[in-house]
Amino acid sequence: MTSFDLERARRLVGADLVAETPSLGDVVFVVGRSGVRRALRALRDDPELRFDMLMDLTGVDRLTLRDRFERFEVVYQLYSLWNGWRLRLRVPVPESDPRLDSVHDLWKAANWAERECWDMFGIRFDGHPNLKRILCHHEFVGHPLRKDYDRTRGQWCSRAETLEDELALAHEREQARARAAGLDPADAEIGERLLVNIGPSHPVAHGTLRVLVELEGETIKHAIPEIGYLHRGFEKCAEKGTWNNVVPYASRMNYVSALSNDVAYVKAVEKLCGIEVPDRCKFIRVIVNELARIMDHCVCNGANIVDLGALTNFWYLFTAREKLYTIVEKLTGIRLTTAYTRVGGLAHDLYDGFEDEVRAALREIVPYVQDVLKLIKRNRIFLERTVGVAPLSAADAIDYGWTGPVLRASGVPLDARKRDGYYFYDQFDFDVPVGENGDAHDRIMVRFEEIFESIRIIEQALDKLPGGPVNTSNNKFVLPPKRELHRDIEPLMNHFMLVMFGTPVPAGETYDSFEVPNGELGFYLVSDGGGRPYRVRVRPPCFYAYQAYPQLIEGSMVADMAAALGGLNVVAGELDR
Amino acid sequence: MAMNSRPLDAGEPFMLTSVETALDWARKNSMWPLPFGTACCAIEFMGAVGSRFDISRFGAELVRFSPRQADLLIVAGTVVYKMAPILRQIYAQMADPKWVISMGVCASSGGFYDDYCTLQGIDQIIPVDVYVPGCPPTPDLLLDGLLKLQQKIDTERHLELA
Repeated sequence: MTSFDLERARRLVGADLVAETPSLGDVVFVVGRSGVRRALRALRDDPELRFDMLMDLTGVDRLTLRDRFERFEVVYQLYSLWNGWRLRLRVPVPESDPRLDSVHDLWKAANWAERECWDMFGIRFDGHPNLKRILCHHEFVGHPLRKDYDRTRGQWCSRAETLEDELALAHEREQARARAAGLDPADAEIGERLLVNIGPSHPVAHGTLRVLVELEGETIKHAIPEIGYLHRGFEKCAEKGTWNNVVPYASRMNYVSALSNDVAYVKAVEKLCGIEVPDRCKFIRVIVNELARIMDHCVCNGANIVDLGALTNFWYLFTAREKLYTIVEKLTGIRLTTAYTRVGGLAHDLYDGFEDEVRAALREIVPYVQDVLKLIKRNRIFLERTVGVAPLSAADAIDYGWTGPVLRASGVPLDARKRDGYYFYDQFDFDVPVGENGDAHDRIMVRFEEIFESIRIIEQALDKLPGGPVNTSNNKFVLPPKRELHRDIEPLMNHFMLVMFGTPVPAGETYDSFEVPNGELGFYLVSDGGGRPYRVRVRPPCFYAYQAYPQLIEGSMVADMAAALGGLNVVAGELDR
Repeated sequence: MAMNSRPLDAGEPFMLTSVETALDWARKNSMWPLPFGTACCAIEFMGAVGSRFDISRFGAELVRFSPRQADLLIVAGTVVYKMAPILRQIYAQMADPKWVISMGVCASSGGFYDDYCTLQGIDQIIPVDVYVPGCPPTPDLLLDGLLKLQQKIDTERHLELA
C-alpha cells in the first residue's frame, strides 16, 4: 500500500490540526473539535486524496489513561476507496461539554454511528436529526461504555418503544419533499395508512430485527428499523479479561462465520503487538477464513431464498454446510462458536487427515451448490422476486459504508484480500465477483460465485500448506509447550506471566481490518499496556449495511422486504454486538 | 367424547388406555415449536430442523412463528433486557397447554455475558420446563432436551378427578 501525500492532508485540515500521533503505520491526526466537520469535508472532497468512505465512527473514554488530551475522544476512520489509503482522526471532547458537530449529512454512514456514540458515551452531535439511543433500550439511564459505568449494572425495560417519534420525523421529511416538489399542500396531506410492526420475533426479521412499516396499500411508504435487540455488551465484556479472553466473544459476534471473526480479532491484536505469525499459521488462517465464508454464504443464501418461499434450496445448502461443520467440530471441538485462534498463533495445529477431509468435503459441496443454482437461475418466481428489487447504486453504497459482497454486488470491485494482500492472499489465484445492478439478485449471485472462489483458494492453500510451527516463537505471547514447563524455568515463568497477567500488549492504539464474509470487519484497539484491553471497538460490516435498509425498501412492496433483508446478511450478533 | 357403541366382533383387535395417557401421548408427540431464536443457538436450532438431525423424528418439526399456533416455546439465544418485554408478550400469547425449552446457557443464565444489557436467565420472567446447556448446544443436545420434555409431559395430569 503506497502512502499518500501527508503534506496535502495536513494542509486540508489546516489550523485545526492539533497534533499527529502516527501509530504502527497508521496515519493519525488529532483535530480540534471546532474544525472537524470542515476538515472531514475537505478530506472527502479533495480530488487527489478522496477519503470518500467513513469506515467507522466511535468514541473512547480515556478516563484512566495518562496519555490524553481530554476525557473523551471521537475517532473517525477514513478510507480512500480508490487508493486504499486510510486516515484516522482523533477528536478530543471535554467531559464538561461533550458535544461536537454531526457529519450525518457528509456520510449517510455517520447517522447510526453517531447515535451509537451518544448511546455508549453520552457525546452529543449537534445537528443530528434524531440523536437517540440505538443499542440500549429507551428506558436505559447512563452510558455503559463510560469507564465509570459498572459492567454488571443491568436495567430492566418495561415495554417496547413505540417509534412514533421517528415516524413523525419521516412524515416531516415527506411533507418537506412534497413542498419542495411544489405540490399543493392539500395533495401533500398524509392520508390514512396502515402501520405494521414486523419483528423482532418474526421469521423474516431473523429473530431480532424490528421494522415498523407504514403502508399505503401494499406499498411501503416508510420503514423504521429498530436494532439493539441482541445488544449483549461485547465491547464492555471485552474490557474485563485478557486479550485472549476476547476470542470467544469474537466468535459469538458473527456466529455464522465465527472462524473469520477469530482471525480478524487476533490479527488486529498482533498488529498492536508487532508480532508476525509463522507461514503455516497464515495458511491455516486463510483456509479457515474461506471455510467460514462458504458456510456463511450457504446460510445467508439458504435463508434468503427460503424467505422467498423456496424451501428445497435451504435443505440443499444446509446439507452442504453440515459437511463443513463436521470438519470444524473435529478441528475446534465445537460446531459454531469456535475460538480457534490465539494472539500469536492458533489454539492448536490441524488434526491428521484434515487436508484430505476438506478436499473431499469441498468436492461434495459443489454439486449441492450447483443444484441450487440450477433450481433458481432460470426460475421465474425467483427472478421476479429478486431482479430489480431493492437496488442500491455504487455511490450510495459507498456513502453508507457498505463493504464486502453487498458492495461488490453494487459494482465496486473492492476486496481487501486482493488489495491489502495479507496472509499471502495476493499470491492466490482467485477472482472477485462483481454485480451489475446492485439488486437483491446480484447480492445472492455474488455470494454464490464467492463460494466457488473460496473453494479455489482453499485448494491452492492446501497444496502449498507449509510445515513448521503454528505459533510465533516469541514466548512472551504464546503459551510454551506443556512438556517444556517441567524442564526449564523460563517457559514456566512465561506461562505464569501469560496466565496471570495476560498477553503483554504494549500501550498504543491501532485499527486493523480483515475481509470476512460480510465485508470489512475492523477492530480499533486501545491498550494501556496493562495486559487487558482498554478499549475494543468493532467495526461491524452489517451495521453499516443495514442502515441502508429503509432506503432499499421504501417505495417497494411489503413482500420485497424479505428479499432485501436476506441479501444484506444481517447477523444480529454482529449488528448489535 | 363421542363413543361408538357398536359391539366388537369376535377377534377384532382393540386397545385400552386411559384418557390421560392418550392425551399425553398425543401432546408429547406433536409439539409445535415456536423458535424464539435470537443468536447463535438459533443457527443450531436450524441445524436440528435440517435433514441431518431431523427434529421431525420426534414430531416437533412443524415450526410455527405465530405464538397462537405453537405450544412449545424454544428460547434459543441471548435475551437482553430490551427483548424481555417481547418474550413476556409472546409467552402470554401462547395458548395452554404450553412448554418452554431454554436452549443454551445465555437463555438459561445469561452465559458469559454478565453485563449491563443481558438478562441473567429467562426464568426471571417466564417459567422454564427444560434447560439445555451448551454454548451453543449441539442439535443432538437440543433433541435430548426435547426427549426430556416428552418424559415430563408423559407424567402430566390434565383432567381433574372427582
